[in-house]
Formats: sequence, C-alpha cells, structure tokens
Amino acid sequence: MATTDTPSVADRTRHIAAGAPVVGAYFLKSGAVFVLGDEALLFVTGNAEPRRVVVHDGAILTAASDRERIVTGGDDGKVVAAKPDMTTTTIAVDPKHRWIDHVAIAPDGAVAWSAGRDAYVQSRSGGPHKLEAPSTVGGLAFAPKGRRLAIAHYNGVTLWFPNAPDAAPERLEWKGSHVGVIFSPDGRYLVTAMQEPALHGWRLTDGKHMRMSGYATKVQAMAWTADGKGLATSGAPQLVVWSFHGKDGPMGKEPRVLVPAEHQVSTVACHPQKDVIAAGYEDGLVLLVRATDGAEVLARRPAGSPVSALAWNAKGTAVAFGTEEGDAGIVDLA
Amino acid sequence: MADPITSDKVPVTVLTGYLGAGKTTLLNRILSEPHGRKYAVIINEFGEIGIDSDLVVGADEEIFEMNNGCICCTVRGDLIRIIGGLMRRKGKFDAIIVETTGLADPAPVAQTFFVDQEIGRKAKLDAVVTVADAKWLRDRLRDAPEAKNQIAFADVILLNKTDLVGDADLREIEARIRAINPYATLHLTQRCAVPLAEVLHRNAFDLDRILEVEPQFLEAGDSHDHHHHRDHADGHNHSHRGLRHYHDEDMQSLSLRTDRALDPEKFFPWIQNLVAQEGQNILRTKGILAFKDDPRRFAFQGVHMMLDGDHQRDWRESEKRESRIIFIGRALPESMIRKGFEECAA
Repeated sequence: MATTDTPSVADRTRHIAAGAPVVGAYFLKSGAVFVLGDEALLFVTGNAEPRRVVVHDGAILTAASDRERIVTGGDDGKVVAAKPDMTTTTIAVDPKHRWIDHVAIAPDGAVAWSAGRDAYVQSRSGGPHKLEAPSTVGGLAFAPKGRRLAIAHYNGVTLWFPNAPDAAPERLEWKGSHVGVIFSPDGRYLVTAMQEPALHGWRLTDGKHMRMSGYATKVQAMAWTADGKGLATSGAPQLVVWSFHGKDGPMGKEPRVLVPAEHQVSTVACHPQKDVIAAGYEDGLVLLVRATDGAEVLARRPAGSPVSALAWNAKGTAVAFGTEEGDAGIVDLA
Repeated sequence: MADPITSDKVPVTVLTGYLGAGKTTLLNRILSEPHGRKYAVIINEFGEIGIDSDLVVGADEEIFEMNNGCICCTVRGDLIRIIGGLMRRKGKFDAIIVETTGLADPAPVAQTFFVDQEIGRKAKLDAVVTVADAKWLRDRLRDAPEAKNQIAFADVILLNKTDLVGDADLREIEARIRAINPYATLHLTQRCAVPLAEVLHRNAFDLDRILEVEPQFLEAGDSHDHHHHRDHADGHNHSHRGLRHYHDEDMQSLSLRTDRALDPEKFFPWIQNLVAQEGQNILRTKGILAFKDDPRRFAFQGVHMMLDGDHQRDWRESEKRESRIIFIGRALPESMIRKGFEECAA
C-alpha cells in the first residue's frame, strides 16, 4: 500500500476542474477528453484552456472510444460520435427517446448501442440492425475482429452476428444479472461482471464456465493488460488481476492480488505496451502498479470522492483521471 | 471542493397501491404543488397518463433473484440501472419517486437499496407510501395478496376516496388495516389531499429517525398516529373512532419488548437464523435494542431476509433501557419468536 516512501509522479499533474462528475476519460489524437455526467465532453488539447462541447440534451449514460472518436449514449435517446476536432455527429436517435444505456465500437468502425432490451448495430455497410435481448441489456462488447457482438442481460449473454441476419444468435447461459461484458483480446474468452460481487466467464471454444469470485463489491471496471493475458479488475481493496495464460485461463488459479489498500479499487486502466496498470481507488488515490512485482508509483494522493475514470494515452506517456466530484487531471510521465 | 457532489443521499419514495386506488392522483398532487422541489419520477407505464415533470423515466419492473442462495432476495434490476443513470444528473433534482404497478410487491424495490452498494451509497429509501381505495380495500384484502402486501409493507397509508363510504364502513376498514399494520401512519383522504410533508421526506428507513421522531413506533394499540384529512369537519378527527379489533388470518404484526439487557452474542445469531428461516413470511422488522454493558442504543430494521442495523446515540438518563422489536408478516410463529427473543437476555 502507498506510504510516504512510495515514489510519486503526482507533482507532474495538470489539474482540471471538470465542473461535473467525470464518468469517462479517453485519449484521442488531439489529447485527453473527459466525459462528464451532465451532458458534455471536455477536450484538453496541449496547454490550451479545456473546451467543453455539449453532446447531449441531458445526462451522458455511457461512452466508448477507439482513439479515433468517442461515442456517447445519453438519456435524451441519442447516440453521438465526437472527433478530435470537436465536431459531433448524431449516429442515431431512439424513436421513443429511451435512454441509451450502453455503446460499443468495433475495430472496423461499426457502432453498437442498446436501449432497454433492444441492441442495435450500425455498421459501415448498413443498418441499423436490431436484436431484442430476452431482458434489459446490461453491457455490450464487440469481439476482437468486430464481426460479433456480445450482449449481456439477465441469465446470460447473447452472441450475435449483426451482418448475418440468417445466423441464429447464440446464447451463453448463467443465472443472474450480468451488468458488464468484455472479450479477451485473443477472442477465446468472454467475461461478464455480475450484480453479485463476482465475474463469470466462458471459454468460447467449448462453453466451459469460469467463476471468479471473492470481491467486496460489484465489479465496475475490467481491463486487459498489454499482453492480453491479464484481466485487471476493480471491486476489492486490492488490485485483482486474473491470469489467462495457458489453455484453461484462470480456471483453478488464484488471481494476482496487488497493492492492498484501505479502500476499494473503483476503476482500472492498463498501459498500452508495458505491464503496468493504473488503479483508481474510492478515496481518490491513483497508483501506477507494475503487475510483475507489484512495484507502485503514486499518481494522485487520496482526496475527495472515488476515482471514476482512468485512461492511458496511446504511447503510454500520460494518464488521465477523473473523480465523481468533478476533479480531473492529466499526469505527464514522459 | 466545498460541497462534494456525492455528500448527501437522494431520498427515494416508493408509491404503491392497488389498481385504481389513486396513485397517479397523489403523484400529480406531489408534482404540481408549489413546494420548490424537483422530483425525478420513475413510473411503470411510460406515457400512459400525463405526468407533469421534466424528469419522468419509464421502468419495466424487471425483478430478478440474487445468486446468494436466498430465494426471497429479489431486486429490481431496472431500478439499479435507472437510479444509476439519474445520479449522473445529480443536483438537477431533489428526490426520486418510484411508482410501482398496482400488482407490485414493494419488497424487491426496498431490497434493491439493501443489495446494491452503489445505489445504497448514492440514494436512500425514504418511505413506502401506499394508497388504498376505501370503497374496495376490504374486497382486495380478501382476494388480492398484492393489496395486503402493500398495506403490510407501508410506512404511510392513504386511505383514499373516503367520501364513497359511510363512517361505520370507514371504521371497519381502518380496523382491518390496523390488524395488518398497526405501525404505519394512516391518513384518511379524498382525492389524495394530504399535506405533502406527511408523505415525502419521512426518513422511515433511517435508523436515527426511528428513534428520534417516532419513539412510540412500537407502542401497542390500534389508536396511535391517526391523521384524518377529511374535507368536512366530522368531529372524528384524532379520536379513536371506536375501532373494533380484527385479527387478520393471514398477515399479522408482533411486538415484543423486554427490560432485561440483551446479549449481542445471542441476539444476532438468533435474529439472523430467524430471518433466514422465516424471512419469506416476514415482510418487515424493526427494533431498538439495549445490549448489556453497552451505553449506546442499537437500532435495526429488515426487509424479508435482509437486515441493516447500527449503534445510535447513548441511552439518555431519563430513558427506560428496554429492547423492543416488531415484526409484520404472514403466519408468524409467535410463540417460537417470543421464546427465542426471551432467550437472548444476557
């Protein structure tokens, strides 16, 4: 755990007053962009004043980015894409103005979103294609190649090829409410976060189940390490990293448990090339942790409310963070 | 930051009532009165009836079981999603009202606040308010278990449409309500006309409030806490109205007390075991406890199998140190509960 001896890079932070709860952080070519809970994106380019761009008429409920653009869903029923030049495009408007609860972006630029039970995909070639899930959608994730969409819901996940209307969706079943979903970068595993403090996983080749439990609270953040073999997670007063080395993934193995702290990890983000994980805690602490040996660097001292957003830039030379109270910052590691 | 966005929890009022009892009337009254507060409203049938509020969200009452081996541990998945979304607009509204369908069981709504830590951190259950139709309630208590659940679960009951029944009938209906739930605050209303302070911001699930504002909440008897809001002065206000005693075959309440200090090592295993076994039948539990060698009062409450409790303030010099506990539920095994409670004495 962080002590006064922990090396610190906290003094290399550019502080930004976001003025609203920060619900996401991303890096585009232009620089860092903070997603604010109220209605806007906050673009931070170079040393210029942050620029606030209103993208929704209401709260932003969800966001995703492929580093080319940020796609957001709002309680105004809109799906909006924002580019580094701060221009925005409305991708879709829900005909009944239902809340857009989840969005996802595929490598080829296709965008998925959900409203209630309905999942949609707008691909480059056409759409939107729609699939009604058996219950309210709890999360969306594209498979690494982008052709398949995982839709989490109650009692399981539906796997859908939106561009192959004749292919019947496949159902992976596991009792309970699945509130988040992620594919492993090699496409071999699918992991969901449950309403209970646990993860569930499937090995997609044979449908074998994996239960990953022991958390203190619901897991709200999952991220793959740079080598694609470690799944870093929030939800415990330690940084929990499940190993997907070997053919059985984490089955029968204990996760690595790093940097025990007084408070729970609230969000995580992995370095794009190195074996380093940024962990944000409920007391506002941000640590950069080397997964191999647990060595840690302090990036933000504990202050105020939970860390709600973390992101690395593409080179791995800067970390952006944001909190529920609306404090934000960019830590320069170059 | 001087005023952290996350500092105070948003109160959530749950509005229940059988079909046609007047929930929407009450809701529109709440929203239209000049109270200066802004409410986010979660309704079950979107756009059905005009609701005059900027923030109306349609919900679909998706109820699911938690995977914790507890069969009555059901929660409202849609509420977790919607309240989580509303919290992104925090500061734009002061409180949330959840209107349930006429056939809804209030328990999954209440349990959602016990189960989901994220929701529990940002919002708090304020009270379950049940609107009942004076003309039809007696029939519904016979043929609709949902209606009885709603009465049993309530912190506040509006017995509405009192103009449609005579005084004798009204007294009988009151007595039948009291046979099920003697602890709720009961208001007799027409067109749901009730001061909003009697319905909103009640803090009925706040452990401090149980102790400080309603010290009589455990008092036996069917006559306490009547508030009559009839449109014409009928001379019966705040009288005992000569209620007959009814015994509801199905749903009862049970009140226990002892002035012998309790042993926490005995009490907690007992209550946890009791709700694990009987939790399906126990709708609500409340208690104030005096533990041996403990200067502080302990308050707790429960919904089915879920319990929540904490130490409160010190016992006052002037206060009688006694432990009191109530249950509202179906077919309560009274003698077993009494015996178990007595055995918790230190």
